[in-house]
Amino acid sequence: MADERTSVPPVPESRAVARRKTPISVVWVIPIIAAVVGGWVAISRIESEGPKIHIVFASAEGLEAGKTKIEYKGVEVGTITTIRLTEDHQRVIAIAQMTPKTEPFLVDDTEFWVVRPRISGANVSGLGTLISGAYIGVEIGASKEPKRDFVALETPPVITGGAPGRFFLLRTPDLGSLDTGTPVFFRRLQVGQVASYLLNKNGQGFEVKIFVRAPYDQYVNPDTRFWQASGIDMQLSANGLSVQTQSLLSILIGGIAFETPATETVLPAAGANTSFDLFDTRAQAFQPASRHPQTYELIFNESVRGLAPGAPVEFRGIPVGEVADVRAQIDVKTAEFTAPVTIHLDPQRLGIKVVDTSAGVNLETMRRKLIDSLISHGVRAQLRTGSLLTGAVYVAFDVFPDSPPATVDWSRKPVRLPTIPGQLEATEASIENVIKKINQMPLQRIGDNLAKSLGDLDLTLVTARGTLSSAQGTLVSAQGTLTNAGNLTGPNSAQLQQLDATLQEVSRAARSVRVLADYLERHPESLIRGKQGGPK
Amino acid sequence: MAQGAATAMQQGLQSCEVCGLLSHPAPGLEEGRCPRCDEELAYRKPASLQRTWAFLIAAAICYIPANVLPVLTTTTAAGAESDTILQGVVLLWSPTGWPLSLIVLVASIMIPSAKILSLGYLLISVQRGSVRNNGQRLRLYRMVEFIGRWSMVDVFVDTFTAALIQLQPLMSVEPGPGLFFFAAVVVLTMLAVESFDPRLIWDATSSQEVRHGG
Repeated sequence: MADERTSVPPVPESRAVARRKTPISVVWVIPIIAAVVGGWVAISRIESEGPKIHIVFASAEGLEAGKTKIEYKGVEVGTITTIRLTEDHQRVIAIAQMTPKTEPFLVDDTEFWVVRPRISGANVSGLGTLISGAYIGVEIGASKEPKRDFVALETPPVITGGAPGRFFLLRTPDLGSLDTGTPVFFRRLQVGQVASYLLNKNGQGFEVKIFVRAPYDQYVNPDTRFWQASGIDMQLSANGLSVQTQSLLSILIGGIAFETPATETVLPAAGANTSFDLFDTRAQAFQPASRHPQTYELIFNESVRGLAPGAPVEFRGIPVGEVADVRAQIDVKTAEFTAPVTIHLDPQRLGIKVVDTSAGVNLETMRRKLIDSLISHGVRAQLRTGSLLTGAVYVAFDVFPDSPPATVDWSRKPVRLPTIPGQLEATEASIENVIKKINQMPLQRIGDNLAKSLGDLDLTLVTARGTLSSAQGTLVSAQGTLTNAGNLTGPNSAQLQQLDATLQEVSRAARSVRVLADYLERHPESLIRGKQGGPK
Repeated sequence: MAQGAATAMQQGLQSCEVCGLLSHPAPGLEEGRCPRCDEELAYRKPASLQRTWAFLIAAAICYIPANVLPVLTTTTAAGAESDTILQGVVLLWSPTGWPLSLIVLVASIMIPSAKILSLGYLLISVQRGSVRNNGQRLRLYRMVEFIGRWSMVDVFVDTFTAALIQLQPLMSVEPGPGLFFFAAVVVLTMLAVESFDPRLIWDATSSQEVRHGG
């Protein structure tokens, strides 16, 4: 080994230096740091894992595993991680990874739905999803019961995010143009919308759930009237044409309007989910509510053509009820045809106030007394033509002082009220009378007499013509006379000038007389002594 | 490479890492300092195996989050989307874009893992005093050392993209946490390669030769 060393050229000697040796290199800090950082990232990752939930959808259209987000108020609260079919292949199960701390959301009444672009009449929503693709909306429930398996809604709910306001129920026999999202107007301001609608179990009408935003929900009280504000409400009345609309939007897509009649007493706001009737028109909605209708029967011995159920019953022009039913009845024995008409009368509209329903007995006696008194004063029902155009007939109560006396039999059900023949009937009868009289007139004789008289008249006229020509001569001379008279009184006539001079003379004479009279007054002695010498 | 050639260490010679001056320590003393440039001298890089192991383990630890965490967060009008390296590969894989996808796959996934595995193999073989495939192992080391400087391509691409695509609010690209770990992997493997002393590969062979030959 020493030989080998000598074979290489001499190399310099390194400078000796004391070196401390550490058994473990400091460099091990690096993997420790890496491990700590990596571990921390891993832990934070694991911690950021929220709960996993299952949502059942009817279809996964627009959903994408790993992409589709679950959003609440625009905040991402989860992501769909897996989409697969249910075992019966009828529906789709989406497994979603929620963000941490979403456990309180996932309760029994939490609802999920797919937000896709929706363009309906009332609104355009979810346009953002045109670009971003569908996402899943969530409405957090109020329940405390935790839940992990959900069934998504078919259609997104209209009101989300716990908007303040209240829901109300409207009963309507016919949905009309209503749909979810149809606006609700209050004094033409859009204050809510239709949330949902449900056909009654018996198929007899709809229950429409509407949402009225706060603070407008406070204007809904138990007396509030709702009506369909769809389209244009045109009315031709004595005041001319009136067009009622809510807004352009409601013309296009319909709407619901409500208004609360002004009353002295302010009613408390209606509670949530209070039921109301939905009327067709505002006028209908504001008809005083017939809350305790009374049924009566009227027997007419005339044609009831044009009288239909729903036709108004008026008392001296004020609507007090409506026709409920029109039937025909033939008495076989007498072969007499009658038309019993059932009507509903609203005692309230007759001026009987329902103060307290518990005082039902008093109310009933009051009603009987009133009707008895009305009948004894000659109030009778009569059929009248409401519209000459349509021939619609209505029932009118009016006072007929000459009508035969009648009483009301209260034991009958329904109570029968006395009637008198309709106007048309009466008119027809009197016209018939007139015609009969005309028929009885001796028209032939009258004609003969008339012809004779006319002949006489002819003669008289010939004589009159002669008289007229002489009268013309007289008139010509009268005209000459009048011309002369005109000349006499003309402004430049000699007579007038003479008259003027004369009048001046007279005036002067009058002045002299006045001077004389004055003088005499002061010097009465001059009458005896004569005028004294000149002025002193 | 000539098997069994005498090494400088065996002859008591050491070369300076900085100026390349060959010297021998003072008799009976330790390596000392370079007489020309005063650099600390050593027959072999001090604690080479330990340091390499440390960097390699750190790199291996960082390699996991680098692949699990998103490296790029793309925010478009359609929403934010985070992609890991592997997701990016899948995303780029298309009939026309597959070469690009392949580049990302090779540069970002295969090379770092190959580097870590290669270094691990070198370290273990050196520690076990393996005498086989010295030439192969040295070639492997050179390859790892050469490739190291190109591994940052991915990081560069990401940071350039993030800096250039800032079309707020239409679109923006932000580096994700995975990128940090990826960069750490690249840096740590380079450090590991740097701290590895390739002379260790044939030390075992030489000492064996010496023993046998002696």
